[in-house]
Amino acid sequence: MEHVYPGLSDARLLKRGAEACLYCGVWHGRRVVVKRRFPKPYRIAELDKRIRARRTVKEAQIIHRAKEAGVPTPLLYLVDIANATLVMEYVDGPQVKTLIGGLSGERRAEIFTRIGVLVGRLHISGIIHGDLTTSNMILDSRGRIVFLDFGLSERSNTLEDRGIDIHLVKRVLYSTHHEYAEECFSALMEGYAQVMGAEEARRVLEKVREIEMRGRYVSERRAKQ
Amino acid sequence: MFYCLGIESTADDFSVGVASSEGEILSNVISAYVPSEGGIHPREAARHHVKVAGEVVAEAISKAGISSREISVVAFSQGPGLGPCLRTGATVARAIAHYLGVPLVGVNHCVAHIEIGRLICGVKDPVTLYVSGGNTIVTAYEGGRYRVFGETLDIAVGNCLDVFARRAGLRQEHGKPFGALIEELASRGGEYIPLPYTVKGMDMSFSGLLTAATNLLKSGKYDLADLCYSLQETAFSMLTEVTERALAHTEKGDVLLTGGVAANKRLQSMLRSMASEHGAEFHVVPKQYALDNGAMIAWTGVLAYKCGLTLPIERSYVRLRWRLDEAPVPWVETGIF
Repeated sequence: MEHVYPGLSDARLLKRGAEACLYCGVWHGRRVVVKRRFPKPYRIAELDKRIRARRTVKEAQIIHRAKEAGVPTPLLYLVDIANATLVMEYVDGPQVKTLIGGLSGERRAEIFTRIGVLVGRLHISGIIHGDLTTSNMILDSRGRIVFLDFGLSERSNTLEDRGIDIHLVKRVLYSTHHEYAEECFSALMEGYAQVMGAEEARRVLEKVREIEMRGRYVSERRAKQ
Repeated sequence: MFYCLGIESTADDFSVGVASSEGEILSNVISAYVPSEGGIHPREAARHHVKVAGEVVAEAISKAGISSREISVVAFSQGPGLGPCLRTGATVARAIAHYLGVPLVGVNHCVAHIEIGRLICGVKDPVTLYVSGGNTIVTAYEGGRYRVFGETLDIAVGNCLDVFARRAGLRQEHGKPFGALIEELASRGGEYIPLPYTVKGMDMSFSGLLTAATNLLKSGKYDLADLCYSLQETAFSMLTEVTERALAHTEKGDVLLTGGVAANKRLQSMLRSMASEHGAEFHVVPKQYALDNGAMIAWTGVLAYKCGLTLPIERSYVRLRWRLDEAPVPWVETGIF
């Protein structure tokens, strides 16, 4: 584990994805997270290098754009294109996922309204997060909600993409926190509407329903046919 | 023990096979329609199917060494596919079932590709990559259906290769498909020319890749062998990446490759390398069962019949856009196969 990345000590593997590995450790005296996209032996080197470099740059750009849009994201310390590696701030604090059950209804609503505002800020700036799960949101020591993992993010302004983003967070709420899902989701949409405007929020919500209808086992959809 | 006659006619091939209830393939006769130029014209393909149907059915039954009275069920590919072609196969199937007084079974073409692969390769529960001229799907069984983990958002990968080959002026000779010609040329190329690599989440797009490759071809600045090499490397890397994601997500132990493009050695080697990294076993379906074929319809017909999924003739419409993940596969759940 000492050779994960030059200058990184006390490295520990956080997560192994299909595309990248996430490590935490200490780098130049700071606690950091290192995201490395490793080469895929099945791809020829030229193509492999290009894909990994492009995705690394894109992720860094979107993390930066999100900050500009007013959405807290980890600080980027280093974008190492040649090694397809990002070194970023380790954000200390509990994941929203682990918090939900222990909060009062009022506090829950407040947090999810704020999450809705942040998602709205992303969307209005043309950013689709692509993986809006409650484990990718952290409540940091300064009380901010920090969004993580922009590895699947895209730049887009279409209603369809916004709908898919909101659909995902809704599905996550209903599958992992289902007893609070309804209140959390409606608080989220309230915050979202504050940024996007009531009209756009309504259109996105309508799109979400349409996306749900595309599901394979929706009784309403069957009845319609 | 019973026998099922299977009829496949979704696209350019008309094929009939016979399978036994024990999983023996007794015959598999394929008649391909080869257009004199251009791609498949659905009406012309259907005309070919009508012309050869009688002979192909007779040959499949005689090669199976059974008499037509020993057939207990007739299966046909009900979709997805080209309308005129599907309707021709369905008409033949209805006629035979009615004449013999046996039940009719409608089979999903994509399901059949997976089932014959599982049977022939002896794999129980794989992540399947199904790649052909009409389909590009990454799928695995989960919760009652073959779920689609990734698919093409526009054209199929086989279509991308075929059209490029035609634009490059390649000619199909001695029954050698375009894919094989591209593979041969690619093996002589070695300089990678950058082409668009489009993976969106779990889905892929091949139309931009085709346009870009065509533009480079027309510019006249590049060697055709290098273009074929670059086209293959780009397209197959996309396929392997999406298959890898599905494998990592499902944590299954096998990867199964099927469809017309499965014959490509470079695609096989990429998938084999990826699978071994994940400690999974790689299987490729042999050509006669990887291409569109009647045997796969017959075998899937056996499974469906065992689960009582018969179809009254008056409801045996073809389903042009019948998605893989909409087709019930109760034999998997119940452990029949």
